[in-house]
Amino acid sequence: MTTPTIVKYEEALTRYEPVLGIETHIELGTNSKMFCGCPTTFGAEPNTQVCPVCLGLPGSLPVTNHAAIEGIIKIGLAFNCEIVEWCRFARKNYFYPDMPKNYQISQYDEPLCVDGHLDIEVEGETYRVEIERVHMEEDTGKSLHVGGATGRIHGADFSLVDYNRAGIPLVEIVTKPITATGDKAPLVARAYATELRELVRSIGVSDVRMEEGSMRCDVNVSLMPRGASEWGTRTETKNVNSLRSVERAVRSEIERQAAVLDAGRRVIQETRHFHEDTGVTTSGRSKEEAQDYRYFPEPDLVPMAPSREWVEELRATLPELPAARRKRVQREWSLSDLELRDVVNAGALDLIEATIAAGADAASARKWWMNELSRRATEQGVELTALPITPDQVARIQAMVVAGELNDKLARKVFEGVLAGEGTPDEVVAARGLKVVSDDGALAAIIDQVIADNAAVADKVRGGKVAAAGALVGAVMKASRGQADAGRARELILEKLGAS
Amino acid sequence: MTLIKKSAAELGALIASGEASAVEVAQAHLERVRAVDGQVHAFLHVDDEAVLAQARRVDERRAGGEELGPLAGVPIAHKDVFTTTDMPTTAGSKILEGWRPPYDATVTARLRKAGLVILGKTNMDEFAMGSSTENSAYGVTRNPWDLSRVPGGSSGGSSAAVAAYQAPLSTGTDTGGSIRQPAAVTGIVGTKPTYGGSSRYGIIAFASSLDTPGPFARNVLDAALLHEAFSGHDVMDSTSIDRAVPPVVEAARRADVNGLRVGVVKEFAGEGYQAGVLNRFNETVELLESLGAKVVEVGCPSFAYALPAYYLIAPSEASSNLARFDAMRYGLRVADDGTRSAEEIMALTRAQGFGPEVKRRIMLGTYALSSGYYDAYYGKAQQVRTLIARDFDNAFEQVDVLVSPTTPTTAFPIGERADDPMAMYLADLCTIPSNLTGNAAISVPCGLADEDGLPVGLQIMAPVLGDDRVYRVGAAVEKALEDRWGGPLLAKAPELAEAAK
Repeated sequence: MTTPTIVKYEEALTRYEPVLGIETHIELGTNSKMFCGCPTTFGAEPNTQVCPVCLGLPGSLPVTNHAAIEGIIKIGLAFNCEIVEWCRFARKNYFYPDMPKNYQISQYDEPLCVDGHLDIEVEGETYRVEIERVHMEEDTGKSLHVGGATGRIHGADFSLVDYNRAGIPLVEIVTKPITATGDKAPLVARAYATELRELVRSIGVSDVRMEEGSMRCDVNVSLMPRGASEWGTRTETKNVNSLRSVERAVRSEIERQAAVLDAGRRVIQETRHFHEDTGVTTSGRSKEEAQDYRYFPEPDLVPMAPSREWVEELRATLPELPAARRKRVQREWSLSDLELRDVVNAGALDLIEATIAAGADAASARKWWMNELSRRATEQGVELTALPITPDQVARIQAMVVAGELNDKLARKVFEGVLAGEGTPDEVVAARGLKVVSDDGALAAIIDQVIADNAAVADKVRGGKVAAAGALVGAVMKASRGQADAGRARELILEKLGAS
Repeated sequence: MTLIKKSAAELGALIASGEASAVEVAQAHLERVRAVDGQVHAFLHVDDEAVLAQARRVDERRAGGEELGPLAGVPIAHKDVFTTTDMPTTAGSKILEGWRPPYDATVTARLRKAGLVILGKTNMDEFAMGSSTENSAYGVTRNPWDLSRVPGGSSGGSSAAVAAYQAPLSTGTDTGGSIRQPAAVTGIVGTKPTYGGSSRYGIIAFASSLDTPGPFARNVLDAALLHEAFSGHDVMDSTSIDRAVPPVVEAARRADVNGLRVGVVKEFAGEGYQAGVLNRFNETVELLESLGAKVVEVGCPSFAYALPAYYLIAPSEASSNLARFDAMRYGLRVADDGTRSAEEIMALTRAQGFGPEVKRRIMLGTYALSSGYYDAYYGKAQQVRTLIARDFDNAFEQVDVLVSPTTPTTAFPIGERADDPMAMYLADLCTIPSNLTGNAAISVPCGLADEDGLPVGLQIMAPVLGDDRVYRVGAAVEKALEDRWGGPLLAKAPELAEAAK
């Protein structure tokens, strides 16, 4: 008899309560590495950004990058953590070819930032995610396994190691167990990762690009029977490379673990790998045969003792954080919850705010970015920020609309021209001759022709059916290729037909 | 007197005045190396042409009007644990055979800048683990006083080279006594500076919280000159102290103990101490008193636990520090026939590349750091460290310096303790406490033991950054004893037979 490998999600949630824990690694965007002066540029030729220190050559010694400590303290403060007065680095010992020293300089029982929290919103409800710790460590090199089907070390013909990444400052943010989320667990996980990314990005210490690995999530999931008080055995899913994958990985683990428990078996404590293509996790290394990292205080570095004054100085440099900003923007722009969420999800907040700063009113700025420009971004399959138009240019176009020089239809043509690389809004207007025609002389000729071509409609208007004039205005707009001032055209038509 | 018997200060002066060139001085020492190193085996690497080229450069710099330090043109031998860009650096291990570092240790670089001429690299216990230099992968070094005996260790090549007049100066590292103990048993001067007073950058690590580079010389002033030349803050070493180097040269010149309070460590005597060693030590204490020092006995009860604490801390750090020797990026790689995994090659290379004492300490340290044992071993040893620091603090409230024999015995015969690690470890009994707390200490010759006619060392210890005190007392003792002996102790060493030139 075979047992099902998964239980449908909704069904699983009727019997089990998930408990989550999320560990997030953030590569800081410092110019140099954590313990040496090597540059940190992403995508450089392999093994060109290395030196005796980050290669772990005999006799080399680490020296702490002050900018990285500044970065982690800012993160700690943004997560409402306590910044401890004294702590140390520790060595985490294990052998692996991508670790130049075969130990990683990290922090163990003395993290720099402790006891924080992050509030997130899921479907209108606020959850508080408690933060256990935020600590500093160095990244490892990157292994490339050549040959074999999976790109994993198993079955590979040989492996190459790129040490450019070795020693890049890495901040690890660890949550306390996240409980009582019920069927929202996957959404909570995703919302947490999303909010974390926004928060870290807002303070400017990392570009937090999951696709480039500058933000990486490990998702811990366990299930306990509903009503139970003791947590189940957890698994740790690695290789979760997008926000969507965070949600899917939690969901998939809940389904898998429910099936295991339903069958009366026990969940194995292990590392699992998430596969984007299939949406499921597979077993990695078993934690039960895991290594002993033999942590001990790093004797090559002196303890960190950030002064209270320094911490307060750094706190003062923090910008408005995303949650506060969203509240302010919602109020100032008079947005509904739904509208706000759309703006945030589209990544349009910065763009709209900059457009307003450049002179546009909030409603128009939002309208252009969320409608016209979002549509074009979707068509081209790019992020809104990647469109070749600046908030200043959007504001300029809107200013021409307000001045009556453009109508909405013409404005869209200006957008088209700017996005096609034809120049600034003013250049596009000039080159394409996009001006609202409100000159009576020019309009009169078009109107005469339209009345002649639509004699039946003109008669109706003459007969008092003023509403029929709309069709004539439409024809004028068409004949003028959208450039006519529709209001003026209507006035002139009614005048000519004696209906005014 | 031939050039090789001159002190470093004298050689520096001769070169500065133009009475001798750096090339002549280098030549004389290269000849001596050729003549006696076949018996002593102090050196692992000497390249005559490269040495002469360095000496020529110093002569050119001087001719070009460059202001050079007091040791410019003076030859120096480096323990093979200091990285050198122009010579191999092996740490006495097969696992690094032929490795050429792409960078200089800070000590190496500073001495190059000061114009010292690197004669070569000296033999050592593998990764500085040992007290006899018998643990080198490249053969034993012999004590110039008695070629059947060890020159101490782990810096035995450096002590032997200076004692055999192959070099007027050398460097060593002292993790548990590896400078002071070899200096004592070869009848020369060796200093362990304050931890953090001299940079560790570019020194292949044994135990990071204990390793300290320091000088060997045939007299106290020379040691002070060398100490001053390479010490001082280094941004490349986070544990380096950002303070001025204590005035060690001035102290060595001052050489008086009048009114100084000297404490005799009560615990360093009795069982296990050679009678002849204690005799010379006690006489030297009396001498200090006759020179005007105020001598008292001081109890340091926690020193009894220093040795076991050291043998948990040092191996723990070593087990981690030596993990990088894994055949992946540099050094030895064995069994890479295209069929084995990286993990297998790591294991096979380490099995073949490390000697038994290194393996023993990696095992000890790995065990001591293991989860479930950490508190009982590494954690407890760190607490002992605190107690020892408290003993030193108490002592230095009563006295300016502490004194003891440097080693319980004189140089032992080669092979005698090779199979008995505990007996070997006892050679560092008196030197280890200063490593655990980081304070300054020196060993100066204080006579020959009655039983075997071999050198005995006096250890002088001072608080952290009190390096000048050990030189001041050391120089005073040296002056008084040389007056008594009618010359340096080393003059009593038997002449080494010079091989045919």
